[in-house]
Amino acid sequence: MEHAKLNPELVSLVQQWKGKEGNLIMILHEIQNHHGYVPRELSLELSRMLDVPLARIYEVVTFYNFFKLTPPGKHRIALCMGTACYLRGAAVILEEIKNILGIKEGQTTKDGLFYLDVVRCLGCCGLAPVVMIDNKVYGKVKKSEVADILSKYIKEE
Amino acid sequence: MYTKVILVKDTDLKREDKTREFYTRLLDYLREASLHEQIQVVRVADIGVYEQGLVVKVLPDKVTYINVQDEDVKKIVDAALSDGKIIEDLVFKPKAKQCRIVLRNCGKIDPESIEDYISSGGYLALKKVLGELGQQKLIDEIKISGIRGRGGAGYPTWMKWNFAREMNSAEKFVICNADEGDPGAYMDRSVLEGDPHSVIEGLIIAAFAIGASKGYFYIRAEYPLAVERIQKAIKQAYDYGLLGNNILGSPFNLDIDIRLGAGAFVCGEETALISSIEGKRGTPHPRPPYPSVKGLWGKPTVINNVETLANIPVIIAKGGKWFAQIGTQTSKGTKVFAVTGKVKNSGLVEIAMGATLREIVMDICGGTLSGKPIKAVQTGGPSGGVIPENLLDTPVDYENLQKLGSIMGSGGMIVMDEDDCMVDIPKFYLGFCVEESCGKCAPCRIGGFQMLGYLKKISEGRGIPEDLGQLRRIAQSMQKASLCGLGQTASNPVLSTLKYFEDEYNEHILNKRCPAGKCSSLITYSIIEDKCKRCGICFTNCPVKAISGGKEEGYSVIQDKCIKCGRCFDVCKFKAINKK
Repeated sequence: MEHAKLNPELVSLVQQWKGKEGNLIMILHEIQNHHGYVPRELSLELSRMLDVPLARIYEVVTFYNFFKLTPPGKHRIALCMGTACYLRGAAVILEEIKNILGIKEGQTTKDGLFYLDVVRCLGCCGLAPVVMIDNKVYGKVKKSEVADILSKYIKEE
Repeated sequence: MYTKVILVKDTDLKREDKTREFYTRLLDYLREASLHEQIQVVRVADIGVYEQGLVVKVLPDKVTYINVQDEDVKKIVDAALSDGKIIEDLVFKPKAKQCRIVLRNCGKIDPESIEDYISSGGYLALKKVLGELGQQKLIDEIKISGIRGRGGAGYPTWMKWNFAREMNSAEKFVICNADEGDPGAYMDRSVLEGDPHSVIEGLIIAAFAIGASKGYFYIRAEYPLAVERIQKAIKQAYDYGLLGNNILGSPFNLDIDIRLGAGAFVCGEETALISSIEGKRGTPHPRPPYPSVKGLWGKPTVINNVETLANIPVIIAKGGKWFAQIGTQTSKGTKVFAVTGKVKNSGLVEIAMGATLREIVMDICGGTLSGKPIKAVQTGGPSGGVIPENLLDTPVDYENLQKLGSIMGSGGMIVMDEDDCMVDIPKFYLGFCVEESCGKCAPCRIGGFQMLGYLKKISEGRGIPEDLGQLRRIAQSMQKASLCGLGQTASNPVLSTLKYFEDEYNEHILNKRCPAGKCSSLITYSIIEDKCKRCGICFTNCPVKAISGGKEEGYSVIQDKCIKCGRCFDVCKFKAINKK
């Protein structure tokens, strides 16, 4: 397998955290922030740099919901499935999004435009049901509004 | 120089443009009357009152007017500039008094300014602790106050601190648990974002109490603003000599760092949280040994919740006795609840312990959104239970909620009305716990999955009476045998609904009916002929052609074909679709 080139940013990042105990999760956070997911090549790299077996990195990445192993779409749709949103009809909104985009949760649309994520509480329960696209929060979303909201992002293309 | 500030917000849904209209009207009036340099007008995103038309709040008088009309502009400006005159027929009168201790600064000070926090009395408690009190008196004061952990279990804070203090170890740690994973709760987020320094001050005091030299904030990565605010606040505290070496000139040293959570509910459990900070999978460990004996990297560690820590500076500043006056016999102080669900004014509520659930839900939050009667209130998130309407007069404290089969939890409070199904709700919570179970111990991993299977079966109309007994048996084994709090409490939603709403389970099992109309397998749709105008909109919208007929003869639902998607029910303008 071809080895990924040494990524200078990753090197400096790892240097910064190297001496600190329990650094793995924080480094993974930085990697995901930068790439949108944790690429396999970087995990390999990281394993060598930190002298941690790849299996240990993999076990951590897969344990936490936050880390992704595949690249997300251009826009991340985070549908809140917290209790308040659930009670106020988040399930219906989810169905509608799935219908419109033709993907399931955790998948990316074929054109790579949207990634659909179901999350546990975005902490804006007063606005339930809530959908967050990238960093924009849409509150009190109705089923009839979903298509409109999504079309904004499609038009942008 | 402005002497008054007027905040405006249209609180009716979907009328945000009205706010702007009124805002311009008010500005125009002020300009015409040459008062625009005396009064500042601000459009705000949230004014704390909901569904009351246009709402106006005058500062610093703190007078709120509701249902304001365009012609009231002059009256409001006159009153604002007068000496304490209030327009009686517009003024908003909240029914029950809230008591703000934890949220004392939220929304009042600039969370990114340490100067603001200091000028409102911040870090005086730390000064008092380092200068006058010392470790023993500090812990005594916390003991007098009677404060218990706000994370859910309600363990007395002073005992936790005392255990860790008595440990003989060169290295000790303090951790602020800001991994607020309970869906439907956001108190901690609000405090972290709105008043970060109060939590930092609390953490420094806790560190001093046990003699720790290193502290951590464990914050959910899903709260980027909270992380940013805490980061800034920590930096400011270093700049002011409140962190680092020789804090405020004393021999006490403390460094604080941030660690991010990564979306695992179980990491709210303290031993799992410790694993996560150590950079491992967040799986819990058996207790004892408790973290105060053997915690982070095997060293004595105290873990306190955000809300607990935010209370500490006030307790020190005003004294433990003052704090102990508030609340009930066993539960002192206040509690912040995030009241959400089918409630009119959803939001954060801070009340003295001992207020009743009814006061919170009806008086402060205005009852249900739909106006329908409340069916139940759920506290404690996935670890809590459902409390039926007839028990809402119970005063809120740790013991009372536990007696009812629920828990205080971190402070989520979900209001449910008639349209919520008491089989569907535990199914939702259990689904959450099954997904979040770390899989380490069998009772939680297998028990949760099996219970979920039974609930699914019942909600799909395939339940048999014996299932209820099985559910109870599994639930009790999970309570007894699970390793950590997640598994021990995951069955609470099931047990409490079985206790108070067994009839509803039986309706599903015996009569194959869902009284709330939520469980889709048990619903049938039909067309009410009297109401049907034969517009045909249901016919065109049905995705599976399960509606037959035409404009002449009328329409009907072919039950065998119907997939119960509810689209016909949604599109019918004449309420001619019956859902049962």
